[in-house]
Amino acid sequence: MTDNGTFYQRDRNWHPPAFTPTYKTSILRSPQQPLLSLENTISELTGPVFGHDKLGPLDNDLLRNFAKTGDPIGQRIVVYGRVLDENARPVPGALLEFWQANAGGRYRHKKETYLAAIDPNFGGCGRVITDEEGRYWFRTIKPGAYPWPNGVNDWRPAHIHFSVFGHAFAQRLITQMYFEGDPMIWQDPIVATIPDKAAIEQLVAALDRQNTLPMDALAYKFDIVLRGRRSTMFENRMEGN
Amino acid sequence: MVQKLPFLKESPSQTAGPYVHIGTNPNWVEITGVWNEDLGLVLVGPETKGERIVIKGRVFDGAGDPLKDALIEIWQADAAGLYNSPQEKRGKADPSFVGWGRQPADGATGEYRFETIKPGRVPYKDGRLMAPHITVWIVARGINTGLHTRLYFSDEEAANAECPVLARIAHKARVPTLVATRTEENGLPTYTFNIHIQGEKETVFFDI
Repeated sequence: MTDNGTFYQRDRNWHPPAFTPTYKTSILRSPQQPLLSLENTISELTGPVFGHDKLGPLDNDLLRNFAKTGDPIGQRIVVYGRVLDENARPVPGALLEFWQANAGGRYRHKKETYLAAIDPNFGGCGRVITDEEGRYWFRTIKPGAYPWPNGVNDWRPAHIHFSVFGHAFAQRLITQMYFEGDPMIWQDPIVATIPDKAAIEQLVAALDRQNTLPMDALAYKFDIVLRGRRSTMFENRMEGN
Repeated sequence: MVQKLPFLKESPSQTAGPYVHIGTNPNWVEITGVWNEDLGLVLVGPETKGERIVIKGRVFDGAGDPLKDALIEIWQADAAGLYNSPQEKRGKADPSFVGWGRQPADGATGEYRFETIKPGRVPYKDGRLMAPHITVWIVARGINTGLHTRLYFSDEEAANAECPVLARIAHKARVPTLVATRTEENGLPTYTFNIHIQGEKETVFFDI
């Protein structure tokens, strides 16, 4: 039994639909025609590979990878977890890219106008590649909540954005991580694009006191699940695999 | 009660948001010094085999306005029709061509642009050849789950006519939404591929 098959179909009831009027920008940016269901071909079963040599030693340390004059302001945290597939098997060699606001809820971006201060010691980006067991970790500060133009008083809960490359382009995923216990998660129009509460909870990282670095940093555990492939128990190998 | 199946659920998607470039193209948004070069900007080197081409276009919303905050990724085979991926078992792809690219839409005009090579043909699941194509993936603020589509080539009429994937499109009038138009610019074959997220000219997107 090997993983040579196509990927399980994406559960479109688990993901947010394209058209979610409470998140206003989605109204004009959502296809209205049905997506064309396509059984995976070699074009989707393959994907780029990123070697560990692509990364620098500070790429997973947001406390240091931009700092010019000292440490950034904010709650020091470690975010760690595993990248797994839907078959509950680790995905080694997955590239994770992440970005976030600073402790005051301000992004370092030329189009960002929120009045909270820029932190001279915080860039807000990092990346890491999972090890043989699908594990990753990085160090950062906990991002702040911030207001955004949707309703006149909508706020994003604290979150970290993740971009994930698995082994196949069919697995390509961008998502966001939230923090356990944050009441603002349940008031956010972007979170609310996900219809299923259990699906939202899959994006809430657990506070992990066992892995906290004493006198240094809190730890949050965030596992990410990518699509899994069918096993070919009885079929011959599909051509192109 | 029945036995539980052992599968996990895929992590649900969330929008890339307006600041996706901080994570993917930090140098482009003037976050310098974290890493030297943003990934995916350069696909082709002097050793790369194949016909040099340019792909460009814009992504339009339902009001007909170009997205100026979109991020576009492409994934394609090499000139011989092989993917540079461990999952590629049919042969060894050109080592001088990764086949993956990523570009932000221009902040003023919304135009994206890739310099790449024209891919060779790769087989459909039943062994028939698909027409040459490039997988295109679009994320942006307001897009809750990244959109997958394909770019085909206007000068591949015969191959397009027999492509088993294009044949799956029931409404034939929508097939041209996937075909990039070839012109010549600065001596380079240039394919224009405009993507319409919504509306009368809505591009065909795939659930792959």
